Amino acid sequence: MLSLCLYFHVHQPYRIKRYRVFDVGTDHEYFNDGSETDLNNERVLRKVAMKSYIPANETLLYLLYNHPEFRFAFSFSGVFLSQLEKQFPDVLQSFQDLVKTGRVELLADTYHHSLAFFHSIPEFERQVRQHRWIVSRLFGQTPTVFRNTELSYNNSLAKWAEKNGYMGIMAEGWDPILGWRSPNFVYHPKDCKNIRLLLKNYRLSDDVAFRFGQRSWAGWPMTAPKYVQWINAHHGNGQTVNLFMDYETFGEHQWEDTGIFHFLAELPREFLKHPDNSFKTPTETICDYEPVGEIDVPQTLTWADTERDLSAWTGNNIQQAALREIYALEKDILATKDLRLIEDWRRLQTSDHFYYMCTKYFSDGDVHKYFNPYDTPYDAYIAFMNALYDIKLRVQNKLIHTNVPLSAQSPVPTI
Amino acid sequence: MRVLMFGWEFPPHNSGGLGVACEGLARALVDKSVELVFVLPKKISLANDRLRFLFAHTAGTNKIYGIDVALTPYVTAKEYLLSKRYLEGNIYGADLFSEVMRYAKSVRDLIEHETFDVIHAHDWLSFLAGVEAKRISGKPLIVHVHATGFDQAGGNLPDERVYAIEKIGFDAADRIITVSRYTKDMLISKYGVSSEKIFVVHNGIDSSMYTYKQESNEFPWKRAGQKMVLFVGRLTMHKGPDYFLRAARRVLDFCPDTMFVIAGSGDMEFQIIRQAAELGIAQNVFFAGFARGENLRRLYESADLYVLPSVSEPFGIAPLEALASGTPVLISKQSGVSEVLSHALKVDFWDIDEMANKIVAVLRYPPLTRQLALYGNGEVRGITWEKAAEKCIALYNDMKVVHNNS
Repeated sequence: MLSLCLYFHVHQPYRIKRYRVFDVGTDHEYFNDGSETDLNNERVLRKVAMKSYIPANETLLYLLYNHPEFRFAFSFSGVFLSQLEKQFPDVLQSFQDLVKTGRVELLADTYHHSLAFFHSIPEFERQVRQHRWIVSRLFGQTPTVFRNTELSYNNSLAKWAEKNGYMGIMAEGWDPILGWRSPNFVYHPKDCKNIRLLLKNYRLSDDVAFRFGQRSWAGWPMTAPKYVQWINAHHGNGQTVNLFMDYETFGEHQWEDTGIFHFLAELPREFLKHPDNSFKTPTETICDYEPVGEIDVPQTLTWADTERDLSAWTGNNIQQAALREIYALEKDILATKDLRLIEDWRRLQTSDHFYYMCTKYFSDGDVHKYFNPYDTPYDAYIAFMNALYDIKLRVQNKLIHTNVPLSAQSPVPTI
Repeated sequence: MRVLMFGWEFPPHNSGGLGVACEGLARALVDKSVELVFVLPKKISLANDRLRFLFAHTAGTNKIYGIDVALTPYVTAKEYLLSKRYLEGNIYGADLFSEVMRYAKSVRDLIEHETFDVIHAHDWLSFLAGVEAKRISGKPLIVHVHATGFDQAGGNLPDERVYAIEKIGFDAADRIITVSRYTKDMLISKYGVSSEKIFVVHNGIDSSMYTYKQESNEFPWKRAGQKMVLFVGRLTMHKGPDYFLRAARRVLDFCPDTMFVIAGSGDMEFQIIRQAAELGIAQNVFFAGFARGENLRRLYESADLYVLPSVSEPFGIAPLEALASGTPVLISKQSGVSEVLSHALKVDFWDIDEMANKIVAVLRYPPLTRQLALYGNGEVRGITWEKAAEKCIALYNDMKVVHNNS
């Protein structure tokens, strides 16, 4: 028996426009860039929907109709869903059509695609709750398996997820953590009894997500039969192959002309040719297999870069300072009870903002591999800090009028 | 490898980046065992000459020739005429251009007694000398472009005689070195030089000559708790001091406790002083005059931000000096130095608002200031003359092989 557990992650942030010092105090719209650049959120979403979401959804719907055995999972960020709902309801509808088949599982996540777990657990919990509401409202489903932003994971997150009733949680199947063990089994996290851990098979996942269209890669050109052969090689030494990837892999990271949609369309038929093969959603995988061991992850693990840590988001001084400042506002922001203000503050917590401030790729000479809608990481930081400055002023105005004492933790600047 | 190099005076005689660049490159070449026959347009004094000092410790048979012509780098025809009267007992050429010709002619005697493999000439004033040396010796010529007539003209058309001499140099040269891709593109678009002929060799800096700054309270505005934003450069159109002032005007609306310090002199000096008054910011602008050596170092170390607002800057070594001193930099995108720096803020010189936005950000957000200074300093340590010299040597070897085979 060998099953395939597919999960696609779908996310688009609210990118901050080139918000300048002159805008502070006068313009409270941080995310409404109208330019012909990749800071224009609506423009980016339209582009990615056309290139990726719409054709990929069509392909998946076709597969669900034609292969009763086919199933998979999505994780949506709340900020993605809210943008779709507002600007592209028909695209949202096409996702809803997929979920309606009853064979698409939705995963739990933070609404704002944030790193809140590492900075404020109460705030993290509020965002997870907010995410549960929107998923339930739009899809009528309540997630039972948790995945955190950028697949970040450690023992204490697993503990949290277990305590909060999740059946399963996901992490990167990274060799230094696994040692001699294989990612192709179900495990349980360290010191956890009830929750199960699913580990991403990063080699097979990245063959599709990163290498599919790479002509310099030995595996090129990749076809469904060839790929299924690689999967089938795990018969006898694995039970589940967990393929986790960004949904934008289809059509956006790998363009249509690489044949990626054709590959996706062929994959289930090819895979199901083997009589012992099947598709399982994450929850089914967890229910159908016994855990074979315990995985200990004391340090935070992510699915990013060769370091598989948080350094792309927290590696330099400006990233750390920006994170510190935004979470220092928590108490005062919540005291305002101003939902609009609180939502703006949460949108600034989205991990992408900190990723755009990353400078570690400079030394790799690898700058071009890394996507940034800003000219430089410093431009990203300046736009972020100016927006945060405006948020601080709004908090100040609000709290002065409500006579709530300002917290000493978040000193508010004066202009 | 023996190179006939038409260079320029070394600091502190000169007043700009060309002398610094020539010294840095010459020193690194000699360190890598290249023998130089170094020719400069100045009668060299026997005592206390930095050139002799540089070459004295090397084993090679380096030679120095000073030719007595009235040429200084960065001189324009107009400046030349103005400065003539200050040159004691100078009765040489009738104008700058006949001086350039005279320089070219005088190499004839000199190279008759010299052997060399390659000729390397820095900037247009020495191009004709280089071309003449090539004509006589038949050796390959490399011309090295630190600035073009277009850069000097600050957006206007260059002097057509300068342009003509540059063209002669580019046409006669076997290879052209430019100090940036920015300058390379300019040669392609404005002079019609073919791309394959041009090689980019970015300038370097000797970071060991600078120390990472300590908290400094040397200047009165610093003692008063004001922030300091620094401009260093000649006060000419192409350095963009007027853009600096207009950005300062915008910044002061947000950060009134800021002193803008302008170090330099030049033909726009009075215009800039008047502009500061007209903008109503005279009390926040300090004119430090022309600074070099220890004075310049103190300015770098005291500043919270260095700004290079150049309209057109082939390279721009000053930002590297600022970073080597631990001061963050904001640089014009219309500069060569922006090609070698990642940990710098960058802006189009004409975008006053964005320039002000970035200056305010540095003054307001200390983590930004600290990171730009620290990471930028680390980056500058990797921008060395050694690397520039290695690229030149590769080019020399290449030329020598081609020449010997033909």
